[in-house]
Amino acid sequence: MTNAPSPAAPSKPAATTSGPVDIVARPQTLAEKIWEKHLVAKGEDGTPDLIYIDLHLVHEVTSPQAFDGLRLAGRPVRRPDLTIATEDHNTPTLAIDKPIADLTSRTQIDTLRRNCAEFGIRLHSLGDIEQGIVHVVGPQLGLTQPGLTVVCGDSHTSTHGAFGAMALGIGTSEVEHVMATQTLPLKPFKTMAITVEGDLRPGVTAKDIILAVIAKIGTGGGQGYVLEYRGSAIRALSMEGRMTICNMSIEAGARAGMVAPDQITYDFLKGRQHAPEGADWDDAVAYWNTLATDEGAVFDAEVYLDANELEPFVTWGTNPGQGVSLSQAVPDPASIDDANERSAAERALEYMDLEAGTPMKEIRVDTVFLGSCTNSRVEDLRAAAEIIKGRTKAEGIRMLVVPGSARVRIEAEAEGLDKVFTDFGAEWRFAGCSMCLGMNPDQLEPGERCASTSNRNFEGRQGKGGRTHLVSPLVAAATAIRGTLSSPWDLLHESEPEPDRSRTEKTGAL
Amino acid sequence: MEKFTTVTGVAVPLRRSNVDTDQIIPAVYLKRVTKTGFEDALFAAWRNDPEFILNQKEYQGARVLVAGSDFGTGSSREHAVWALRDYGFDVVLSPRFGDIFRGNSGKQGLLAGQITEEDAERLWSAIEANPGIELTVDLVAKSARAGDLTVSFEIDDYTRWRLLEGLDDIGLTLRDEARIAEFELSRESWRPRTLPAR
Repeated sequence: MTNAPSPAAPSKPAATTSGPVDIVARPQTLAEKIWEKHLVAKGEDGTPDLIYIDLHLVHEVTSPQAFDGLRLAGRPVRRPDLTIATEDHNTPTLAIDKPIADLTSRTQIDTLRRNCAEFGIRLHSLGDIEQGIVHVVGPQLGLTQPGLTVVCGDSHTSTHGAFGAMALGIGTSEVEHVMATQTLPLKPFKTMAITVEGDLRPGVTAKDIILAVIAKIGTGGGQGYVLEYRGSAIRALSMEGRMTICNMSIEAGARAGMVAPDQITYDFLKGRQHAPEGADWDDAVAYWNTLATDEGAVFDAEVYLDANELEPFVTWGTNPGQGVSLSQAVPDPASIDDANERSAAERALEYMDLEAGTPMKEIRVDTVFLGSCTNSRVEDLRAAAEIIKGRTKAEGIRMLVVPGSARVRIEAEAEGLDKVFTDFGAEWRFAGCSMCLGMNPDQLEPGERCASTSNRNFEGRQGKGGRTHLVSPLVAAATAIRGTLSSPWDLLHESEPEPDRSRTEKTGAL
Repeated sequence: MEKFTTVTGVAVPLRRSNVDTDQIIPAVYLKRVTKTGFEDALFAAWRNDPEFILNQKEYQGARVLVAGSDFGTGSSREHAVWALRDYGFDVVLSPRFGDIFRGNSGKQGLLAGQITEEDAERLWSAIEANPGIELTVDLVAKSARAGDLTVSFEIDDYTRWRLLEGLDDIGLTLRDEARIAEFELSRESWRPRTLPAR
């Protein structure tokens, strides 16, 4: 396994170099099949392949400079009918009927509106029923489908891989490139199988799987790879769970994450606005059924994880790879062999204001954030509501619940989930990226500590000086009840006095 | 894009790994709709600290950044590259880059060269022993030289060629326009369209 793929010897999936006879015979991975199907031009002599893009998702933050580039060059958007935009990163989650207070945010949103009108792009604006986080909206509309190539100027585009699509986060130059050409020049990626076998215990979720995967392979472990999640534990997950896992592939450095489509995928898609219908549906399913990785296909790397052993998983540091099981303690940097990782851990503990050896469960938080493209779908809200229903929020805790889309909000309200949250004392907000990255007013104060269902615990990510622990929706809910990082397992003892601890109470925070 | 051949300039040792793009440019600076003017946003949170390396007078006017492993991970924001460029950096050397960041760099004339961990340490030591020392980065030879020390770096041949020639990606792709149009004819009818909205 090499870190530096050389263009002279392209690594897989470069299936077409071996000639037409081999194509039939050689078993292929899901990623290779999609790559080959979208090959407009095969690169030669180290030049990249030209890959066709089926679906381009656009939002306000990474698109203005791309539209500008088109204007300067006098180029149109080649395929407005394969492009869709939504407002999400900057949008307020309160008083959405009023003009956006922050002038720069408002300008950015207005710019998107003008650009979409000028270039003929479908846009779902704040207040529209289809508005929401771009990675929630695509699947919800049925636009995200198996076998597609999907791009967006956002690293969490990997979410869409849950449908068996090849979904890539791209930069603004590439956004402009796709707008102008509906293609991207790309070097073939390596492939990595991440096999998760076994049964998750109650209280353990897709989020815990992916946090454990990232802790295992590291934030750079997936670099240059497309990850394919496989195994019985993945097959047993709902589409929402699969999206959570694929969403965070980027946190392991991977270009994309995927799950082969199956009946669960088809059941999710059937009947959605843009899902194929009638004979088209049958044709599509027939094709989708060919996508799964062939028996005997070879991955460039393989990783195994035992689902039976997994516990609720949380992060302690400032990158998503710095995580442990909730039952463990903050690790001691001195025990880390690698010098770089050791100093990164030391700096992380300083920033997080944590002491090595503190049990994770004793870490007290100020805020709980339930939302983001990782965990803001209705299933996530339902799971959290189930835990908090009839219970009391810990004193002094602020809990923010931000549905992923306007539709998720409506669906949740139809089930009465909003009532469960507000009765509990949580704030029920409008849809958007919100406190995941704090581009809108939803931010942590300096020094504030947050249990967050989002995807990044980087320094200052949720607000300057804010401290983030990444958690599942279940852990978020239990933490809001107990005030310290907790899982539903801890609530089983809730009626008893404080469970025996070998240590005296010691909060790692504040 | 201007052609890139050789750059000589002050080099900054950034002894940190996992410098994600949220650190390179925090999200609050992403609200602008222009491509320039991001120099003040570069490492904004860290620059509040007077001890931060970029605040040291020896490193003013720097053009080369020598960073730890996994530089530019996380968010896809190309603003990270714009901020580095606006500040004056032409080159970042690191043992490993975030994939999206590395791709973005190549599109904006920022050379992202991959060096070994050992060479990163050598460069750091050389610069720290002689703060303000100039590093010469030669894209043709794929080498970086500071005084007596020369290290080589890796960059994929295609990106190197585009940087050396100063080529625009979209223009290159549009030379294949006929093939794109032909490919589009073969796309199945069931593939989704966003328009008309149903």
